[in-house]
Amino acid sequence: MTIWWSSWSDFWAMGGHAYFVWMSYGALLVAIVVELVLLRVRRQRALAAIEEERDLEAEN
Amino acid sequence: MNWFYFSSPPTFFRLAGRLAPWFFILAAVLAAWGLYLGLLVAPTDAQQGAVYRVIFIHVPTAWMSMFLYFVMACYCGLTLVFNTRLSAMMARAIAPTGAMFTFIALWTGAFWGRPTWGTYWVWDARLTSELVLLFLYFGYMALANAFEDPRRGDRAAALLALIGVVNLPIIYFSVQWWNTLHQGSSVSFKGTSMHVTMLTGMLVMSFAAWMYAIGATLVRVRSVILERERRAQWVREAGAA
Amino acid sequence: MDATVTAGGQTAGSFTGGFSWAMARDLRLAWRHPDEAVLTVAFFALVASLFPLGIGAEPQLLTRIGPGVIWVGALLAAFLALPGLFAADYADGSLEQMTLSPHPALGWAAGKIAAHWIVSGLPLTLLSPLIGLQYGLAPDTLAVQALALAIGTPVLSLLGGACAALALGARGGGMLLALLALPLFVPVLIFGAGASEAQATGLSAAPHLSLLGAALIAALVGLPAAIGMAVRIAVD
Repeated sequence: MTIWWSSWSDFWAMGGHAYFVWMSYGALLVAIVVELVLLRVRRQRALAAIEEERDLEAEN
Repeated sequence: MNWFYFSSPPTFFRLAGRLAPWFFILAAVLAAWGLYLGLLVAPTDAQQGAVYRVIFIHVPTAWMSMFLYFVMACYCGLTLVFNTRLSAMMARAIAPTGAMFTFIALWTGAFWGRPTWGTYWVWDARLTSELVLLFLYFGYMALANAFEDPRRGDRAAALLALIGVVNLPIIYFSVQWWNTLHQGSSVSFKGTSMHVTMLTGMLVMSFAAWMYAIGATLVRVRSVILERERRAQWVREAGAA
Repeated sequence: MDATVTAGGQTAGSFTGGFSWAMARDLRLAWRHPDEAVLTVAFFALVASLFPLGIGAEPQLLTRIGPGVIWVGALLAAFLALPGLFAADYADGSLEQMTLSPHPALGWAAGKIAAHWIVSGLPLTLLSPLIGLQYGLAPDTLAVQALALAIGTPVLSLLGGACAALALGARGGGMLLALLALPLFVPVLIFGAGASEAQATGLSAAPHLSLLGAALIAALVGLPAAIGMAVRIAVD
């Protein structure tokens, strides 16, 4: 379980393939963050719709 | 154990709310372990260089893209056969996460392909069928939301998803059926083609992706249930908890 | 209610009865309003003629892209005729009558698709050698191309028919139908264009044609039932 890289700068450089490796991992990170935000937005919208419905009913 | 007990939306709503955080925690722990193995411990590949490390997210997302479609299709089958409400809601909840994984599988494949094949994209059987899978997810979501009556959207989209299932074996076997640029499966049970740390890292990342998908689906299905049942008494009484 | 619909309402239903009745009915309707079939063929010929004008008329280039252009044209032409396949019958209630008729859904669904193919796929297949000549394809390639179209266009009609039935009454109309149908058309395009290309480059077209044939058998077995089910979902 030894670390393969000899230094952090080696790690970030990824043997010259930094652009390709980090574009891949970065995209996954962005996609997950976006999905989690969308999940939150959807939940809040659903809750707001329920509130709205309840208020309408209270008026009647 | 009576499974139909959990198939009532109010019960499942509460169950999903209780389970989802645990799946996210499990996903985070597995991802941390898998990334540690894949990015830090695993040796660099002698032929491809460090770019092969994309494998630790490419293969898990590609597997999940197909597996989630399969699970979604199973729920769609249940919807059509038993006309159960919850199965249709589960299928709707799975689709966006499946589309996300499909997109990431294509994207990471492109960034892996560029340095190894010299091109971001080739129109070979596997890439094309995976792209078709992405459009199947989009088509499913579009059709499910295209009707005034959500039950009709459930059933029509379920049938579409089942027609699209034929695409799965095409994706899976495409590298064997056609002689293409895409390399064959890296995981063989003879075990010699891969360093053991690489294999462990990839499997751990796959479980992380699986747990994340379950967590995201459970959170989304709660919203779907709230949207669909917002006139139901139990939603009002729960104080929208 | 249309008089032809009542004709299907006999008491003993059967697959062949439903098939021939629905096919005859749709063909009669197409015969009365031939403009749609003519437009499909004209569209196909027009699309195929635009490519040489757009990218230049070098003979080598045209021979190279010919099969692909013809297939894409056939795909789009088959797609054009889709929205009308069930929409009018859905709007005037004939579709609901069909689901109530004693014939199994399998029969009349297959009959409607067969009529759709005769009006759209068959003329394209027959016209394809002419278009192929414009692109300078060799005679043997023309023959393979027509054969591939003859096997492949019924698959397009079946897949497209299923999508059209699923999208009945949906918001989004033609765009939604394109999103549903065109990805499913992709394998047919690949094997179909692959057959002509293999023939043109001196390889055997047989593997591609067999795959197309397998797709046709799978589509014939599975899709009429799916179309019947989709129609039922739509009229319920």
